[in-house]
Amino acid sequence: MSSAKLVAESGKILDVAAKDAPLTVRGLTVSYGNKPAVFSVDASIPAGSMTAIIGPNGAGKSTFLKGALGVVPRLSGEIRIFGKLFDEARDRVAYVPQRASVDWDFPARVIDVVLMGLYGSVGLFRLWRARHKQQAMECLKRVGMSDFADRQVGQLSGGQQQRVFLARALAQNAEFYLLDEPFAGVDAATERAIVSVLKELKSEGRTVVCVHHDLSTVAEYFDRVLLINVRRIAEGPVETTFTAENLQETYGGRLAATHIDELHLA
Amino acid sequence: MINDLITALGAEFVQLSLTPIVIGILAAIACALPGNFLLLRRQALIGDAISHVVLPGIVAAFLVTGTITAVPMMLGAGGAAIVAVVMIEIVKRLGRVEPGAAMGLVFTTLFAAGVLFLEITDTSSVHIDVQHALLGNLESLIWFDAEGWGSLIDPKALATLPPQLPRLAIVLVVIALFIFLFWKELKISTFDAAFAEAVGIRTRTLGFALVVATAIAAVAAFDAVGSIIVIAMFVCPPASARLMTNQLGRQVGWSVIFATISAILGYVFAGYGPGWFGSPYAVSAAGMIATISGLILMLTCLFGPQRKRIGQQAET
Repeated sequence: MSSAKLVAESGKILDVAAKDAPLTVRGLTVSYGNKPAVFSVDASIPAGSMTAIIGPNGAGKSTFLKGALGVVPRLSGEIRIFGKLFDEARDRVAYVPQRASVDWDFPARVIDVVLMGLYGSVGLFRLWRARHKQQAMECLKRVGMSDFADRQVGQLSGGQQQRVFLARALAQNAEFYLLDEPFAGVDAATERAIVSVLKELKSEGRTVVCVHHDLSTVAEYFDRVLLINVRRIAEGPVETTFTAENLQETYGGRLAATHIDELHLA
Repeated sequence: MINDLITALGAEFVQLSLTPIVIGILAAIACALPGNFLLLRRQALIGDAISHVVLPGIVAAFLVTGTITAVPMMLGAGGAAIVAVVMIEIVKRLGRVEPGAAMGLVFTTLFAAGVLFLEITDTSSVHIDVQHALLGNLESLIWFDAEGWGSLIDPKALATLPPQLPRLAIVLVVIALFIFLFWKELKISTFDAAFAEAVGIRTRTLGFALVVATAIAAVAAFDAVGSIIVIAMFVCPPASARLMTNQLGRQVGWSVIFATISAILGYVFAGYGPGWFGSPYAVSAAGMIATISGLILMLTCLFGPQRKRIGQQAET
């Protein structure tokens, strides 16, 4: 951890150290129609960190993740994952889209969805086998959902669905986890369960990035922030970057002063 | 009783009914298989759209070549599909309307153009007319040279099978192979396209391949059974199957069963049903097959085990 801080403080060796960082983004621009959703954003996520991506609605937080992973086409920008092109580092990355982005009426059981996380280890033209099911069950256990393995996914609550998504990401056994609003619309128990799994991942030396909405939990859950409002506003450790001034700039004055006071910022 | 059955399933059955039933089953399954994925992707109407679009292409191919053969028909259908894509793009850009509206406009226009083509040109000498385009001519696909069940192992008789039968069989095998080989990819990308893209599945290519498979099924089935049944088979068996199970594999299995039942019962009811009510006539087999598939959908809507699912969430 201390080495990561050193790197962040000394601009000169940043590029050298960032070479095989989990994620390095230079000038990412993504546009839907004529309006850029993300404009020329730089970011550098150090290994073993937990970063919250923060910004108002429509600020391009999700688009930033999707653009970085090539899920949506980008207009410009250079992306390196562990110093490589995403195509060559795919196996080391797990992506969890927004829960609301899929149709949960899909005919699949909980176990079927978790098995999708093992896609990379099954092989072309082959199907999931018994050992994959075993692995998937272990991932379900980690998020406290093993009793629901045979349930149809549409019959779950929002929090349970989010845990299933997390279990699918765990099945990918990646080094770098990118989650899009994992706490959106979940109950308090699920939020605690997800946070503890994410902290587990971090303690194992893995890297976590979350699009996050709840400013009051940022300091508790994360050690770094990336503030975005179409452009990058600021990026760095929570202590130095998650400031009232940066938040005002990110939210363009839309954030009530009382709200910021409640955050007890440095 | 048993003697009746043997007579009913005897030489005459092989000659007159076996091939239409088998062709009906093949066409129904070939459409139902991709229909499962179209339905779950909310693209069920693509099958409908394709069967509309290809009509003017098929008619044009006939007018140019003067015959109804597989290759020109497929080329005509493919050409019509390309024209449709270009037209949709033009309407979308010049009219600045949403894609759905542009598609609706182009598909109906092309279908109407196809029907108009049929009406104003002299196609009466062959079996291509509005009636045929809509309902096909399943009943006429009989096996002249069959003398009984033994003909099934007689190479000489087999050579005179209606060409639609081997053609549809090949199409069905190709589509089944496609779905079997890319099962994981189809399942994952249908459920969660963004995740699929992130794990390296080429979702756009796969989606395009699915539409191509749909188009092949539609064109191959069109010649034998007309466009009504094609539309029905893309939607009804998969929709019924969805109400029977919560697992994708089983859903596909049920859709095959429902497609088969529709084809068999539809053919039998069309041929013999009116007789049971004292009518000397038969009704269109393709129309009856579509009707049966609709009835099955109605029954599964009422009694299917998974029918109550929208908006039902088990809160804990």
